[in-house]
Amino acid sequence: MTDKKPKSVFKQGAISSEFIGESIAKHQTKTSIGAHNIFLGQVRADVIDGKAVAAIEYTAYEDMANQKFSEIREATFDKFELTCMHIYHSLGIVKAGEICLFVFVSSPRRKVVFEALEYIVEEIKAHVPVFGKEIFEDDSHQWKVNN
Amino acid sequence: MRITIKYFGLIAEVTQCEEETIQFSGHLISEVLEILHSKYTELKNKNFQVAQNQELVFLETRVTGQELALLPPFAGG
Repeated sequence: MTDKKPKSVFKQGAISSEFIGESIAKHQTKTSIGAHNIFLGQVRADVIDGKAVAAIEYTAYEDMANQKFSEIREATFDKFELTCMHIYHSLGIVKAGEICLFVFVSSPRRKVVFEALEYIVEEIKAHVPVFGKEIFEDDSHQWKVNN
Repeated sequence: MRITIKYFGLIAEVTQCEEETIQFSGHLISEVLEILHSKYTELKNKNFQVAQNQELVFLETRVTGQELALLPPFAGG
């Protein structure tokens, strides 16, 4: 059984550990799955010129981003033998230490989930138009760039 | 033709708006950028890509008259 229907990727604010836990629990009925793999992106309190990042405010070109997420989802199902895949990304303010990206892949066997997860995360970072305003403790800011 | 241009992140800080519609009589993306560079001189110092109808395009791509977006570097994840 494959789960290919488009889902909304963006969530307002941080992704809670309760939400992540519930997502895992929901898969207990899918007994063909033998391996899950999860990536959690966490906002890092980088220190730049003596000031620490307190939060990142995410914005996106949502129409294009949803289309890119959908293309990444299609390409991933074509390349890898996955049972299901879930991607959630935050919009708005996410404080340092909170989760801003949750990618969850499942397959009958383990090898494929390691490869698929890395592929998805790298594709998201390279191709999805999401923008991050790094807000420092003194309310000044700079714009984050993926490298 | 009239085209709608969307601005994001640090580009929206330069333009002081998130979207505008301009009258355009040229053909290429590069010609749209010439207009924007003269309107917003600080844009020349900024790094961005252009999307047309939600696909990235090149300077020599023809403008098809719908939605353009100026996208600063991506920072997802």
